[in-house]
Amino acid sequence: MRKLYSALKIICLVALGITLICLVAVIAYVLIKGTGKLSFDLLFGDYKSSPSILPAFVGMLELVAIASLIAVPIGVASAIFLVEYTNNKGKLVRIIQVATETLAGIPSIVYGLFGYLIFVVAFGWGYSIIGGGITLAIMILPTIVRSTQESLLSVQGGLREGSYALGASKVRTIFKIVLPSASGGIVTAIILAIGRVVSESAVLILTIGMVVNKVPQNLLSPGTSLALDIYYFASNGYRDEAAATSVVLLVFVIFLNLLASGIGKLIKKSTGEEK
Amino acid sequence: MIDFTGKMNISVKDCNLYYGDFHALKNINIEIPEKQVTALIGPSGCGKSTFLKILNRMNDLVEDCKITGSFKIGNIDIFDKETDINALRKNVGMVFQKPNPFPMSIYDNIAFAPRTFGIKKRSELDEIVENSLRRASIWDEVKDRLKKSALGMSGGQQQRLCIARSLAANPKILLMDEPTSALDPISTGKIEELMEELKKDLTIVIVTHNMQQATRIADNTAFFLLGELIEYGATDDIFSSPGDERTERYITGRFG
Repeated sequence: MRKLYSALKIICLVALGITLICLVAVIAYVLIKGTGKLSFDLLFGDYKSSPSILPAFVGMLELVAIASLIAVPIGVASAIFLVEYTNNKGKLVRIIQVATETLAGIPSIVYGLFGYLIFVVAFGWGYSIIGGGITLAIMILPTIVRSTQESLLSVQGGLREGSYALGASKVRTIFKIVLPSASGGIVTAIILAIGRVVSESAVLILTIGMVVNKVPQNLLSPGTSLALDIYYFASNGYRDEAAATSVVLLVFVIFLNLLASGIGKLIKKSTGEEK
Repeated sequence: MIDFTGKMNISVKDCNLYYGDFHALKNINIEIPEKQVTALIGPSGCGKSTFLKILNRMNDLVEDCKITGSFKIGNIDIFDKETDINALRKNVGMVFQKPNPFPMSIYDNIAFAPRTFGIKKRSELDEIVENSLRRASIWDEVKDRLKKSALGMSGGQQQRLCIARSLAANPKILLMDEPTSALDPISTGKIEELMEELKKDLTIVIVTHNMQQATRIADNTAFFLLGELIEYGATDDIFSSPGDERTERYITGRFG
């Protein structure tokens, strides 16, 4: 028996080692290949003639703005309705639950195709930042609804009761007691969703085009994003530039993740839930 | 606007309450006098907390809860269409079994109810906060950390904060649902002293599992069993010469 136990332990340890190597290898490889090639020209240089990710920066900011302006209010409000007004029970809630779970599991290229057929073709917008932004909003909506629901459900029932017992209305209870208590979880969920917008590529290939050498003039212009630039550079012989862009994207995603946990903690601290 | 300035005695007639098919309260008739402490005792599940929650209509939040009967505070009908539920709850405060301070500062906890009812002026709020904390005899312990989170306080302090928070709404009646069951004996003693003090201006109805507590603080005691009100009268009478055998068996600790 003892032998079996120590063998099991060794197997698990080896598995952990492989996991660590995979994680470190990817990050290290990207950093080693890409960091050296990071330059002012690549970041902010003349994008018309040589590779530059300036248009992608602009595209990314616009996409993040559009997607979160649409998905955050709708998603948070939907979750509030489900949890606070239907008690998270009933047929409607179950249907939405199944729908959000299914939608969250769909490969993003399917959202891309949807966005392509609706915004590019049916609406006749062609490839556009706005079409891509709306498609991304639809893509992150289920995640925002679900995680907001979870955050609201984790607010202790005693707080709601306490507020009602003081004569506060439902609206006041939701805005002054429930939402502040849940805000750490909600903000974290929103930032993680923004992380998905920043790193998404499949949706954008089909909706905003891949125009890497022009800064979008308005929301109906086609554009590019960091992830698309990586694909474009790699498939057009600019491998080092692709790696350098990956470094930038990696840094962004790591930053967003740190921000998410940092803000979550900060909010908990400000309400006294954590010291 | 309903008028809570008159006599604040509670009068309940033919009260029946159902959770779905379950008949939780059966034909309860009770008159609770004002400015006294009335204790509701009985084994778990006997309906005493359910009864308490009728008086500030907290059962409205429970699905499938059906209530019949007549319920009056002074001459206000609790369930009348004209009775504003938020005004009712402002005047009928409630303290819960588990302390439930809001995750905000001590000051903001106390100021929550006055702000709900439109008081914005800083000086006015300051005064209400200090008064309420003094009435709950916790002012001296917290006056230097009003801006600190209420969650950093001990359980006993949190419960007195919750009492102060209710008092800030200036209620006429205070409902207490086993307010000391989660607290140590010293905190319990402080809250009992407090009730002695508060009943000068307030009608207090308290649910308790602790017989000694009922004898210490309550002027009147009501014994509930399986959804029925078995016996109700002056605490001294109930405990010295119970009229019903079931009351006697319960208070002598032979069941429940």
